[in-house]
Amino acid sequence: MRLGQRLYLVEAVQGMLLTAGHFFRNMGAHLARALGSRTARGAVTIQYPEERRAYSPRLRSLHRLVRREDGSPRCVACMMCETVCPARCIYIVATEHPNPEIEKVPERFDIDLGKCVFCGYCVEACPEDAIRMDTGILEFSSYSRLGMIYTKEMLLSLEPVGPDGRPTSPVPIPADRTV
Amino acid sequence: MLDFVVAAGCVTFVMMFVLNLGGLLTWVERKQSAIMQDRIGANRASIFGFRIMGLFHPLADAIKMLTKEDFRPAGADRFLFTLAPFVSVFFALVAFASIPFGDTLRIGDREFPLQAVTLNVGILYVFAMLSLGVYGVMMAGWASGNNYALLGGQRAAALMISAEIAIGASIIGVIMVHGSLNMQDIVRGQGRLLLGWLPAWGIVTQPLAFILFLTAGIAATKRIPFDMPEGESEIIGYFVEYSGMKFGMFAMADFLETVVIAGMTTALFLGGWQVPWLLADGFHFPWGATVALPHLVVVALQVGAFSLKVCLMIFVMMLVRWTLPRFRYDQAMRLGWLGLFPLSILNIVLTGAVLLLIGA
Repeated sequence: MRLGQRLYLVEAVQGMLLTAGHFFRNMGAHLARALGSRTARGAVTIQYPEERRAYSPRLRSLHRLVRREDGSPRCVACMMCETVCPARCIYIVATEHPNPEIEKVPERFDIDLGKCVFCGYCVEACPEDAIRMDTGILEFSSYSRLGMIYTKEMLLSLEPVGPDGRPTSPVPIPADRTV
Repeated sequence: MLDFVVAAGCVTFVMMFVLNLGGLLTWVERKQSAIMQDRIGANRASIFGFRIMGLFHPLADAIKMLTKEDFRPAGADRFLFTLAPFVSVFFALVAFASIPFGDTLRIGDREFPLQAVTLNVGILYVFAMLSLGVYGVMMAGWASGNNYALLGGQRAAALMISAEIAIGASIIGVIMVHGSLNMQDIVRGQGRLLLGWLPAWGIVTQPLAFILFLTAGIAATKRIPFDMPEGESEIIGYFVEYSGMKFGMFAMADFLETVVIAGMTTALFLGGWQVPWLLADGFHFPWGATVALPHLVVVALQVGAFSLKVCLMIFVMMLVRWTLPRFRYDQAMRLGWLGLFPLSILNIVLTGAVLLLIGA
């Protein structure tokens, strides 16, 4: 080490000048913001619940079931997603569709989000493009395991993420929660 | 009667100054570190939706500390275990008493010195109180009945000894310059002008002692970069067995010691309550201009200058705390005994030689 480094004092003062520089630069930006500037930013923090950054379009978020024009699920209960699911979190019960051109329709389509690993294989496997993970919803939590099971009706009610990258439909409230 | 009122006023001022500043330091620490690191810092505590820049967080901390379980381990010494945090806070609180925060206040024809206690050995008193503070830490380490806490207390004692030696030796230069142990005299002495314009503050007359004192003073507060007594992030410190407000009191003692060291540095090296070129009757600028000021304005300016300088020193100490990483135990010992101590002896010799040469 050089003598200046061995003495430590010079290096310490240089370090403090660096941090003090950050302090005064950021403080100036905070002051400018308080005085009405829109562009000054004194911190890189995004204040999460109020402030959100747009999600990437390829983000895999909460699943939704795509609807036909009459509102019934596009899903034909072929069990591809249930088969491919590595976490085995999808549970489908098939039934007859009233329209004879369509073979089957799910009577139940439950996803246990407590087990789901968000790999997106179900979306890849689906031959009907009936399940997608594009709701942009990431905040689904529950106080019980039962509350993590999302049923067909809940999944059908969801809408794709908006053009600004924010969810357009509210998070479905599981049966065990009131709020 | 007037004596009592003024004395009570001085004590109240010092008490409020130290306690409020100490309480506020938790907020300063959070916010200053955040702004230094391009963050925003704690701002979530709110009352009726008002956040006022996170100023409620100290309040929320206090409520949390006071309502937590006050746990005492089975093997702990009941009396000493409870006494230790009080000792720590008490000595940190009373240390500020003999630091002057203003010149004399004139009421009628009476004059009152603006400090809580007028002592002719004030400087020794402050160091005595600061050194006694470590007894609370050692007591906590011993009374916890926990080996890790005991080791933390030992580290605190070792650090305190190596820091106090350097503090004591570095201020001898200041005492030699001013020829007094009375803090008020030392601050008054710094009102002289060198070369007709430069205030003879300690940082000008004793630059080496200033650096040594500040370094040793930061070590005496037991905060980063000298926080191996506690080492909250990995090594376990002396208050490992404490919870609730007793733990909070140790944290508070650290902040109070920061205020005391900042006050000491201000009084000894930054001219205390001195405002440059302000005399008892107003400003006398070196270029000849004078501005006459009434007595109360002068006193207010002096008290304001003292408070501002203390805040500035606290800012610097916080800057150190959030810039430098912690010293290893042996590094801190080497710095204290092989760095600061010989340098302060050198400072004494140099000061003596200079004083001899200029014939003061």
